[in-house]
Amino acid sequence: MSHAASVQSERTSTGLPTGRVAIWWFIASEIAIFGGAVACYILLRMRHPEWGAAARHTATSIGAVNTVVLLTSSLFAVLADSAAARGDGRRAGRFLLLTSLGGLAFLAIKAFEYTREIQHGFTPVTSLFWSFYYLMTGLHAAHVLAGMVAMLAVASGARRGQSVHRVEFVAIYWHFVDVVWIFLFPLLYLAS
Amino acid sequence: MLSNLPRDISTHGAQIDAVMRLIFWICGAWFVVAEAVLVYLLVRYRRRKGVRAAWLPATDRKTLAWVLVPAVLVLAFDLLIEHASAAAWARTRLNIPAGDVVVRITGRQYFWAYRYAGHDRRLGTADDFDGDTTLRVPRGRIIRFQLEAADVIHALWMPSLRLKLDAIPGRSIPGWFEATREGTYPLVCAELCGAAHGYMRSSLTVMSPEAFDEWSRSRAPRHEDRP
Amino acid sequence: MSHHAPQGFVRKYIFSTDHKVIAKQYLFTGLAMAAIGGFFAYVIRSQLAWPGHAAVGYGVVSANGYNTLVTMHGTIMVFWVAMPVLLGAFGNFLIPLLIGTDDMAFPRLNLMSFWIFFLSSLVLIGSLFVPGGGSAVGWTVYPPLSAQASYSGGMWGVNLWILAVALEFVSFLMGGINFITTVINRRAPGMTMFRLPLFVWEEIVAAIVFLLSVGPLVAGAVMLLLDRLAGTGFYLPSRGGDPVLFQHLFWFFGHPEVYVLLLPALGILAEVITANSRKALFGYKMIVWATIAAGLLSFVVWAHHQFIAGIDPRLATAFSLTTILISVPFAITIFAFVATLFGGSIRFTTAMLFAIAMIAEFLLGGVTGIINGSAAADIYVHDTYFVVAHFHYALFPVVFLAPFAGLYHWWPKMFGRMLDTRLGIAHWLGTLIFFNMTFLPQFNLGMMGHHRRIADPTAFDFLRPGQHLQVLSTIGAIGMLLAQLPFVVNVVWSLVRGRSAESNPWKATTLEWTVSSPPPAENFAEVPQVHRGPYDYSPPGVGDDYIPQNSAPDGDRPGSAARSDPSDLEPVPAE
Repeated sequence: MSHAASVQSERTSTGLPTGRVAIWWFIASEIAIFGGAVACYILLRMRHPEWGAAARHTATSIGAVNTVVLLTSSLFAVLADSAAARGDGRRAGRFLLLTSLGGLAFLAIKAFEYTREIQHGFTPVTSLFWSFYYLMTGLHAAHVLAGMVAMLAVASGARRGQSVHRVEFVAIYWHFVDVVWIFLFPLLYLAS
Repeated sequence: MLSNLPRDISTHGAQIDAVMRLIFWICGAWFVVAEAVLVYLLVRYRRRKGVRAAWLPATDRKTLAWVLVPAVLVLAFDLLIEHASAAAWARTRLNIPAGDVVVRITGRQYFWAYRYAGHDRRLGTADDFDGDTTLRVPRGRIIRFQLEAADVIHALWMPSLRLKLDAIPGRSIPGWFEATREGTYPLVCAELCGAAHGYMRSSLTVMSPEAFDEWSRSRAPRHEDRP
Repeated sequence: MSHHAPQGFVRKYIFSTDHKVIAKQYLFTGLAMAAIGGFFAYVIRSQLAWPGHAAVGYGVVSANGYNTLVTMHGTIMVFWVAMPVLLGAFGNFLIPLLIGTDDMAFPRLNLMSFWIFFLSSLVLIGSLFVPGGGSAVGWTVYPPLSAQASYSGGMWGVNLWILAVALEFVSFLMGGINFITTVINRRAPGMTMFRLPLFVWEEIVAAIVFLLSVGPLVAGAVMLLLDRLAGTGFYLPSRGGDPVLFQHLFWFFGHPEVYVLLLPALGILAEVITANSRKALFGYKMIVWATIAAGLLSFVVWAHHQFIAGIDPRLATAFSLTTILISVPFAITIFAFVATLFGGSIRFTTAMLFAIAMIAEFLLGGVTGIINGSAAADIYVHDTYFVVAHFHYALFPVVFLAPFAGLYHWWPKMFGRMLDTRLGIAHWLGTLIFFNMTFLPQFNLGMMGHHRRIADPTAFDFLRPGQHLQVLSTIGAIGMLLAQLPFVVNVVWSLVRGRSAESNPWKATTLEWTVSSPPPAENFAEVPQVHRGPYDYSPPGVGDDYIPQNSAPDGDRPGSAARSDPSDLEPVPAE
């Protein structure tokens, strides 16, 4: 009679951690969502050359600052992941907190940017370009917020040494959110 | 099934009917053969006492050929069908001839409106005139139309002409046909367009060329009416 | 995670993380929604056969009411019956058992998936009762009709419909990730990918196709909601938008979705046919590759739904070609299933009867798809009853005949009771006869030019000659619904007084049959060790005509064909 556990939550047929497999498939589905929105934008943009003029009114400098903010926060996510890999849950938790702060800064700057744009008369209904701008950056911002919530949840556990393996998963997600922004920034701010 | 088709009164419809007939015969044959094989196997290999099933996981290519070869045949017939279909499609939708009569057909909730381009065959000029509630066209002349929609998506559907095309708001889609027989034929909306979609009806009236010209003259704006 | 303490009723049956309980929750919710969707079909058919007359049990059908019924019937059947039954119920129940593990990789995520799905059902049903009534813009929800309330009359009906579908998508996204991860990482020792029962392959490819195709529609649905609620104009030409954009986003998902449904149905068939012909699946690996190819191809056929919908006509040829190509992998699969019967010893259990019926009927759905896929012929048949007949001949076998086969096959495993055979045969016969009576005439109606989504055929002179076909079709539909009564009686009787089921009543080879009926909470008392492929039926030589997957390897037996290098087996840990 084998004592092989009937509870197989540690089992991995491939040797990969189960959570990592799951998070990559989750990201695959998210790529489909953002990919769809971005593909629509690109195809319509090619049909509407006048959008170039509208795009000049996006605040490129603010967008650039936000890019730096997000990339820096990703750096903290990398540090959190290394700490977690070494088993240092407390350090990992602290780095995740810093990453979340980066996310918060991103959102705050975004809110400021939206306000400014709306005050200048560029709302989601001003033109189809602006509809796409708010749609894509809004979807992205929602994912930043969700990522922050997830990171705080994982951080609170990790600092107490619980489920430290989840730091890796949430860091992967955060990098994905970063990569999406790296596509959005040139499309919405630079191309004109 | 094919006998339910209404009489074709268009010049391009015979080609479309031919494609449908080709598909019907090829696919009909496949269907009959496949069902026959299925029934035969079920009867032949039903469980009988003392008879053990064969071991045939079909891991070698020779055995797999029994499935792969028919599958390739399916592909071959499909390509044959596509060849005929592509030719009919090109004639109907890709090569739109200049028309003898030009008309703008506009779908809206819940009726069709027809505006004719008049003698100059250009829409948007002073000699344009409105049609009435039926789409009047002359027999034996090429009708070129621009299909538009004022509110939601509609679809122009004239079974006797083998012609169906969606009317999309924001677009003006060109099409053409030539009717071969006088009479009145159904013209309906084939895309769900709202509550009264099921009552959005008009008709196609094919007239002799002389009668059509006379009618056009009666509808055309008179010189005194022009701005 | 092991629960040794006794669980209260709520933890055990309502908020359970046990995949078998969740599967049954999906099953009964799906069957309940099927009853609602079926009722709507009855009202639709009643109106079509006797326009203007009150449908018994419903009343007079208004023009807008008819559009609502048609919208809801389609929506319910695809999203609230097919998905929960084929993926939620069969997938959840069988995947852990078939791969030899105790539950899904993420049991709590599974629980959440079901309750989000249940919530989505409530939102959808609720949408029927808001002011303005339920959505009447078709399950395809094309803008501009769907983008502005002033066009369609209803406001909250469509908003709640979109919300319900969004919740349903979230539920199945979560479920899909769970299924895929579980199969990748929780397979029992020795269960290599090519020893998986085909059902598992089909579920996984379906889950992956769903995962990758639904995204653009999620974006598209957000855009539709923004148009409806926020004044944007993504799809409204008056505000600079394009209605055809939505169609692309919809069908980019919509077409793969039909394969998301078809694949699990084929998976069920594989298990039922092999067990009941006592024969290995013909060309298992070939079928796996064909399935993967079909999954990939499914992403490049979508615009065959839009040949005459305002797309560039030159695109039609490209999409016609891809549409033709995709018929090949499915031809391979169906032919392979039929070839499995060759040389078999076929038992006509109720499950097998339904499986055969599925193939026989689906063949007609398949061949009539060719005429839709030919752009020139599609000019005639698009948006006519020919299409309606075609997709019912494809979807009814997928959504009902295959799941019935699955239910008659796995009911003993799921509930520990046998179903009655005579009631099963009555169910089968009645369903088949009346299904064909309902939909065969609709091919003729389509050829007459009968367009879709119209409440009163008699309003059109050219359709009046077909009215007797409408009546015949409606009698068929009523018959179809009544033919389900033997099934309901059978199910209730079985649960209340049915004969107890042994662990392997069908003498099948896969792992679920090695445990009791129903299985214990943890499925397997010990982790199974898998030594052979899934279909060792009637291996040459003497002895039983089947060898379970966890039977010890036998060097002589060619039946262990799929046994790869023995080093892939993990050593059983020492005591």
